[in-house]
Amino acid sequence: MKYQSQKVAYAYFLVAMALFAIQVLGGLLAGWIYVSPNTLSELVPFNVVRMLHTNALIVWLLLGFFGAAYYLVPEESERELFSVRLAYIQLAILVVGTLGAVVSYLVGIHGGREFLEQPLWVKFGILVAAVIFLVNISMTVLAGRKTAITNILLMGLWLLSLLWIFAFINPDNLSLDKMYWWFVVHLWVEATWELVMAAILGYLMLKMTGVDREVVEKWLYVIVATALFSGILGTGHHFLWIGTPGYWQWVGSIFSTFEVIPFFAMMSFAFVMVWKGRKNHPNKAALLWSLGASTVAFFGAGVWGFLHTLHGVNFYTHGTQITAAHGHLAFYGAYVAMNLAMFSYAMPQLRGRDPYNQVLNMASFWLMTGGMAFMTFVLTFAGTIQTHMQRIVGDYYMDVQDQLGLFYMMRFGAGAAVVLGALLFIYSQLVVRREVIAPGPIATPGE
Amino acid sequence: MSEILTKSRARNVFYGGSLFFVVVFVAMTVHSHRYIVETSTAGMPLTDEVRLGKHVWERASCINCHTLHGEGAYFAPEVGNVMTRWGVLDDPEGAYEMLDGWMQAQPSGIEGRRQMPHFDITEEEMRGLAEFLRWADQTDTQDWPPNDAG
Ligand code: HEM
Ligand code: HEM
Ligand SMILES: [Fe+2]
Repeated sequence: MKYQSQKVAYAYFLVAMALFAIQVLGGLLAGWIYVSPNTLSELVPFNVVRMLHTNALIVWLLLGFFGAAYYLVPEESERELFSVRLAYIQLAILVVGTLGAVVSYLVGIHGGREFLEQPLWVKFGILVAAVIFLVNISMTVLAGRKTAITNILLMGLWLLSLLWIFAFINPDNLSLDKMYWWFVVHLWVEATWELVMAAILGYLMLKMTGVDREVVEKWLYVIVATALFSGILGTGHHFLWIGTPGYWQWVGSIFSTFEVIPFFAMMSFAFVMVWKGRKNHPNKAALLWSLGASTVAFFGAGVWGFLHTLHGVNFYTHGTQITAAHGHLAFYGAYVAMNLAMFSYAMPQLRGRDPYNQVLNMASFWLMTGGMAFMTFVLTFAGTIQTHMQRIVGDYYMDVQDQLGLFYMMRFGAGAAVVLGALLFIYSQLVVRREVIAPGPIATPGE
Repeated sequence: MSEILTKSRARNVFYGGSLFFVVVFVAMTVHSHRYIVETSTAGMPLTDEVRLGKHVWERASCINCHTLHGEGAYFAPEVGNVMTRWGVLDDPEGAYEMLDGWMQAQPSGIEGRRQMPHFDITEEEMRGLAEFLRWADQTDTQDWPPNDAG
């Protein structure tokens, strides 16, 4: 850590990890309600549990991005942050807003647009926090060295904040409501967040592999170009059956197919950089998470996304467990794992230690990734059966669900592994242990 | 390749191309907006009752269990075509009565069956909700869902 102000990232990462724990515990509870539906049904019904699960996810990912920006921008810009105090004020607003939202949900006060259920005052809080953040980061970048990494990172963060405006726009016409809703949801995860992801990945590669900045930055521009060229019109894959014109079927199918390219490019980029890099960076856990994130993102977003994106397929799979399978692996690979890569890289330095607890951290990678992969598989099987029975044969929804109990049990098991992995990760970051590399007995050649 | 594709060239392609796609996207959205208002949802007027129903739908956060036009949660049945399934698409009074009867019977309390909560909804709101669901059902969704099961 070269600059004092990078330290604010630490507070962001701590809050993010706490919410991560809440998110996966909420998910596990939701998964349990699928297995045993009477659980808490009068006290905290499924819809509230689900809101807590998805909202906690989105907020902690954003906190991770903010923290990552506060960590890497000073190094890239070669100067201290514009204002450390503003960064803490921003965090305080977000924490108050988050707690406020949780309490509101539990007492039954919430909006009714999926993922955007926050009460209006919380939405405003998020807007104010975003503005503070943008001012703080932009002032730092403008005053310092400009690099492709900060360029792309800033552009992503500015655009995603601008898109947040659509969280306030809720037309009475349901089809219009749905169309503009996707401006936040799709244009976040399949456009602007990809810029943030690419910038963070580029930074990590630059630091850990020692490859030339020129090479990294050129790759980055190519990656983000393919992301926006495909992702913007790719929004059409959600404009198929909500009252929008028929031409979106072809526009959506074609451009969202191209959306696979940036995810493939990010995976290739990560592997090529590691392969070409001469540096042998000691933080093996951060390297594992970086490679893992870009690989799982390719499968979750690229492969599982393509699986149901052509309109001839989506006509049958739309809104089934196939969607849930894809949503989980895509979010996990692209944004959860990339955040955890950044945490793994930055935490040892923020805490002034050398890489620590590498083994536990790496074990948590395999546990979480294995759990998410298994969950994705079982939900894909459940969704395939659901699609066939409900959409082709025409059996009634609830009758079909009754046939899927086994898959939901396995999903719960997979979820338990993910929760264990997440707790292990947090433990490995917080409970610092010395890297025990006791000198072993001098190897003696065989007899 | 490295001579043709320099960093600054890659950057310019990125900015220029993105701007191009944003412009195309905005133009298509404007057209889609008008298409929705004038064509696909024009089958039934967007009355105050429908508006009220939409607010009730949101207040109860139905979307976090059900899908509506295939979007939402996957815990409970599709409701974008529920009025068709109940055979009351063109019958406001029947729609209200079916919906009211259903909502009052929740939660079912049946062991091992997914539970729908009880909501405090006035009669006026319930009528609005029924109208909202009828309104949604008459939207031209390019013939989705494939069948009445939703
Ligand atoms: C990291 C990037 C991505 C994330 C985080 C993500 C996440 C999600 C989520 C959460 C949903 C469900 C939204 C809802 O509640 O209705 C969804 C739907 C969908 N995604 Fe993605 N996605 C990503 C990338 C992609 C890509 C690259 C493709 C195509 C190649 C794709 C294709 C789709 C399709 C077709 C749907 C609609 C499913 C349906 O009809 O029910 N996604 N995505
Ligand atoms: C302990 C592990 C987890 C379990 C058991 C779990 C379970 C669930 C359940 C039951 C739902 C509701 C599905 C429905 O509507 O029927 C859900 C939704 C969702 N979860 Fe998880 N989850 C877990 C972890 C995660 C993780 C790690 C992520 C992020 C990577 C995540 C992201 C989401 C998203 C985006 C949705 C909304 C999906 C959509 O609308 O398509 N979950 N989860
Ligand atoms: Fe999308």
